[in-house]
Amino acid sequence: MAESRTWSLKARVALAVGAVLILGGVVVLSVALSYGGRAAREAYDRLLLGAANDIAAAITIRDGAALVDMPASAFQMLALAPEDRIRYRVTGPDGATLTGSEDAPPPPERRAGGGPVFYDGDLGAEPGRYVAVTRRFAERSFSGPVRVMVGQTLRARQALARDIAGGALAVLAAAGLAIGLFAWLATRSALRPLQRLGAALARRDPTDLTPITLPMPTEIAPVLGALNGFMGRLDRQVAATRNLIGDAAHQLRTPVAAIRAQAQDAQEEQDPARRARLLARIHERSIGLSQLLDRMLDRAMIIHRTDTAPRAAVDLRDVALEIYEALEDMPGGTMMRLELPPAPVVVRGDALSLVEAGKNLAANALAHGRAPIRIGVARDNRAVRLYVRDAGPGPGAAILEGMGARFASHAPGGAGLGLAIAREVAQSHGGTLRLGLCEDGFEAALSLPKAGA
Amino acid sequence: MIRAALLALTLLAAPAAGQELIRDFGAPTATETLRLRSTTDIAVLGPVIERFLETRPGLHVAYEQWGSNALYRLQAADCTAARVGADLVISSAVHQMVDLVNEGCARPHRSAATATLPDALVWRDELWGVTREPAVMVYNRDLVPPAQVPRSRFDLLDLLRPTESPFRTRVATYDIERSGLGFLFAFADSLEATTFGGLMESFGRSGAVATCCSAEIIDGVAEGRYLVAYNVLGSYALVRARRDPRLGVVAPQDYTLVLARAAMIPREAGQPRAAAQFLDFLLSAEGRAALERAGLLVRLDGEDGTALEISGTAETLQRPIALTPALLIALDTHKRALFRARWRDAFPETGGTAP
Repeated sequence: MAESRTWSLKARVALAVGAVLILGGVVVLSVALSYGGRAAREAYDRLLLGAANDIAAAITIRDGAALVDMPASAFQMLALAPEDRIRYRVTGPDGATLTGSEDAPPPPERRAGGGPVFYDGDLGAEPGRYVAVTRRFAERSFSGPVRVMVGQTLRARQALARDIAGGALAVLAAAGLAIGLFAWLATRSALRPLQRLGAALARRDPTDLTPITLPMPTEIAPVLGALNGFMGRLDRQVAATRNLIGDAAHQLRTPVAAIRAQAQDAQEEQDPARRARLLARIHERSIGLSQLLDRMLDRAMIIHRTDTAPRAAVDLRDVALEIYEALEDMPGGTMMRLELPPAPVVVRGDALSLVEAGKNLAANALAHGRAPIRIGVARDNRAVRLYVRDAGPGPGAAILEGMGARFASHAPGGAGLGLAIAREVAQSHGGTLRLGLCEDGFEAALSLPKAGA
Repeated sequence: MIRAALLALTLLAAPAAGQELIRDFGAPTATETLRLRSTTDIAVLGPVIERFLETRPGLHVAYEQWGSNALYRLQAADCTAARVGADLVISSAVHQMVDLVNEGCARPHRSAATATLPDALVWRDELWGVTREPAVMVYNRDLVPPAQVPRSRFDLLDLLRPTESPFRTRVATYDIERSGLGFLFAFADSLEATTFGGLMESFGRSGAVATCCSAEIIDGVAEGRYLVAYNVLGSYALVRARRDPRLGVVAPQDYTLVLARAAMIPREAGQPRAAAQFLDFLLSAEGRAALERAGLLVRLDGEDGTALEISGTAETLQRPIALTPALLIALDTHKRALFRARWRDAFPETGGTAP
């Protein structure tokens, strides 16, 4: 048997987990970078602001001029970013530099509000970040805003942003490893029932078609159920084939032997009148044999259908009508009557099997029962019946007991086989074959569940 | 001895108007020339350079000796004009060097040798502290009885407190308006401890003398005009004390400022590789030994047999002047003006030239 392999489940899980991790990694990396950048900017902006406020607080007015007693703490604060160059400048109300570097750029003018203004600017060749803080004086000798600008290069910020992003990535990598490990373990454990199932199947005897009973997780239980159902059908068909062969051997041997003996007799018979009689009997027996063969093959076919034919909504009245039409031409067929309700009686099933089963019952009634034969459909509480009634007393209780079994050969003309077929069909439709006396005779009926019930 | 004499004459001299001296080291036929600008006296650093050239025969060193302010102005101008000038600059005015680096005038260099420096003596891998020179107190052994020798600033305060103290008018220190190094030490003191305020007040009340420069101060102590000199550069004082038994040198035990002359490679250096090699040499064991012999690397553990008198352990008393942007405050115009005014309160105008 050719095995066509597709991607292994582990590879699929690995692919899915890998895709999630890569996508997640890209998202986390970009988020971490932007978050790290923002966090670093905020942290060091505060440092800048602290230094600028320190310097602004150290401005005093002496002799009508602003004087900055530059606090060492401001520089120590800035030195917390140890690798960064710094630049500061204090300007008076007229914009002239009081102290500090002339090269420090002023803040963009658009925001003239009172609060501190953060802005980007260069420190020589390197990019930098500045803050401007304005302190307003209203003294007798000095009034107007004094602006403090403090800036530094970005090395510490970049290092911190890198640290934060790196930390996030390290966490992500660890999480990825953990997720991968757990996914691998989960896949392995999820696949173990399948391996157990495969091992159980491999261990089995080839003729063993009994259901496999293994505890299975709910996701795999349907597979096992389907497998068991499949094996059940296979088992039934194997049994049916075996039965057919057995029946054929059992039921055909005697009539064929009789025909052979009679044919030999006829061959040896000199008297033309007796020979003609013998030939007539051979012909009669051949017809019986052919009917028997028909039934056996029908049965095999019906049993095969019960497992394979799709189920559809069937109106039992149509089934009864078809049976009636099929048997009309048989001896006594004209004596049959149909008893049908006005409303449809619907079951789910295979119409052909049902017709075949009903024909068997009706043929039995025609052959062994007493006229009038009635074919009808009735509705019980929870089930519906397709029945065949005759006016006779029916077979004896002892015969009834054994009826429906395959080898009911005591019923002449293969009636037992017909009942067996009817029983198989009833069972395959979830119903039963009922044989029994009714108020005015004997009734054989297929009792089937209502559609939708 | 000659070297020491030269040192006495020129080390930490008043800021000169410009270039003071030039000397070439190494074979004139050498293909490579390292242009070194320094405030350090040629005679002091010369042997170190010669020792270096023994390992680099193909190199020729052009040494220019500058006053610190002139050197600062020259380097700043070179930097602004992006002009090729010195390949290596070494200055004792470390705040000016920090400013040059802060203005982006230096180029980085990283090596195993620079990695051995403590964090306080490296900035941005562009500025390195190459020497160790403590700020010390010098006293006259003949005139100051051992019991009165000041071991710390507190001792000095106590000596100056009595109104009849023999130390009145006989304590000297640098005039910060005439000595850049004196300014740096005094400024570092003001950041370091509250003692400084008391000391200023005491100096003012007791009529202490602010003068220039190292040579004059040490001479004054040796001759007995001053009993104690405060905040004198130890490298210089120790060399003098080695040959002058009248001089005692004390590392204050409350804390001792340690100056590390700063080296940088200018951004536009023509021979940055040779400059980096010389720097690495200065930081190597061999270079440090040479600097120690030159008196520029003073060990504060007292195990080198120098005349430095130390009490307390080296770790607790050392306060290296860290090469950080915090030193920029020493260049702030307002801060300098305020500091000078405060200084003037203690040392009224003595007729010295204002810068």
